[in-house]
Amino acid sequence: MPAEAIHVEDLHKKFGALHVLKGVSLSARDGEVVAIIGGSGSGKSTLLRCINCLENPTSGIIRVNGEQIRLKPDGHGDMVPADRRQIERIRSRLGMVFQSFNLWSHMTLIENVIEVPVHVLGVARAEAIATGEALLERVGLAEKRDVYPAFLSGGQQQRGAIARALAVEPRVMLFDEPTSALDPELVGEVLKVIADLAGEGRTMVLVTHEMKFAREVASHVVYLHQGLVEEEGRPEDLFGAPKSDRLQQFLRTVG
Amino acid sequence: MANVIEVTGKPLPPLRAWLKPHRVVLIAIALALAAYAGWTMRWDWIPDYAPLAVEGVWRTLWLLVVTCMLGFALAVPLGLAQAAGPAYLAGPARAFCTAIRGTPLLLQLWLLYFGLGSLFPQFPWIRDSELWPYLRQAWPYAVLALTMSFAGYEGEVMRGAFAGVPRGQLESARAFGMSRWKIFRRIWLPQAIQRALPTLAGETVLQLKATPLVATITVVDIYAVSSRVRQDTFIIFEPLLLLALVYLVITGLIVLAFRRLEARIPARLG
Repeated sequence: MPAEAIHVEDLHKKFGALHVLKGVSLSARDGEVVAIIGGSGSGKSTLLRCINCLENPTSGIIRVNGEQIRLKPDGHGDMVPADRRQIERIRSRLGMVFQSFNLWSHMTLIENVIEVPVHVLGVARAEAIATGEALLERVGLAEKRDVYPAFLSGGQQQRGAIARALAVEPRVMLFDEPTSALDPELVGEVLKVIADLAGEGRTMVLVTHEMKFAREVASHVVYLHQGLVEEEGRPEDLFGAPKSDRLQQFLRTVG
Repeated sequence: MANVIEVTGKPLPPLRAWLKPHRVVLIAIALALAAYAGWTMRWDWIPDYAPLAVEGVWRTLWLLVVTCMLGFALAVPLGLAQAAGPAYLAGPARAFCTAIRGTPLLLQLWLLYFGLGSLFPQFPWIRDSELWPYLRQAWPYAVLALTMSFAGYEGEVMRGAFAGVPRGQLESARAFGMSRWKIFRRIWLPQAIQRALPTLAGETVLQLKATPLVATITVVDIYAVSSRVRQDTFIIFEPLLLLALVYLVITGLIVLAFRRLEARIPARLG
């Protein structure tokens, strides 16, 4: 069995009185594509954002490539990373793709792509540029190399953001609803890039609203409902023969 | 994605564009006015005062550049403290900006020069110190007052600029493992400066026009030179006209310089 790339155990997250995650466990082995689905407010984005501590969990265990993130209480009921160096090192190898792209607006596309390799990972600039150009070529943006994000369409920005995430040679890629902010006609080009990445055996955790896509690319699907894993398993089982009433109902409403 | 307006540094128009009919007329009127002023007004004092005027312009420019740079260097921490700092830093920063913005620059200048400046000599250890050669001159007080003034106003501008950088920009930097300092240096500060540039251009022009106040504490800038001409020769109008021209030219240079800075990152409106 391949090694576990992401391991989340009994994760709780409270926002004040709101209990968003009520003890969620999640596992992604090397080469697996885990899709997290669920209605709005089910906690799926929060779960993803807890993996690299963009959101501070209230309690729970998070392991990335077997290394447990050391947490300490922040004095307000949540846990924060205890070791800044450790969390920064772990984050630098988790390529994250956001719903709203978040490409750095004051940098051209190629500058966005080489920023982390050069300034965090210490890769030589020339080498980073060569790799970056190849990645832009790969997501179909070679000729947009020197363009600023504001001059790109949403789909192009998101493909650029995927190239930026690939540039760190990520052990795991985290996708936070990567197509939710896109015009419908631009969704396809982004999904195609993600599907290609899944096809080459990359490890991914993907929060998505695209059920058809989740069914095609995921090797494991997790259905979250009100902060708990309601049902999980292989996509053909979950989508073909959902067991729980809630999942059946959910699939009817989104399907 | 319609209605895209690109704001970039436009290249200077070619000669033909300059020679459109309405421009030719305007240029002709300007030349006629200049010729009229040249013929009918008195300019014979210029050769006598040219060396002093050059020194004055130099001092004005020097004061402007140095106080803007020092002031901005102070404005960055003042703005950051107010936008994201803990209360024990944000409070004093806010108090400083409020005090500076709430009192006339002339008053600040005089408080420093006539107030502090007259206190210092009463302490023998200050008179004996290495700093005394500076403290007994006027220009350090001018630099200090203008720097604090610029810092006070720009601290407020930078507060808004720091707060205005979208959260997602900083969050993606965090997600990729950047340290706090790196996020500040690579993402937050550049984007805040970029947002503040149009305001900073205007504030720098205002700073230029605040510099004549230093003439009141015996620093001989270009304004002080024009006053000197008036006192010596009783010629009133001509030195003032020339003075206005000098300030206009410097303002033009400031605006051009900032336009170039802004054009380095093209913005898209709409």
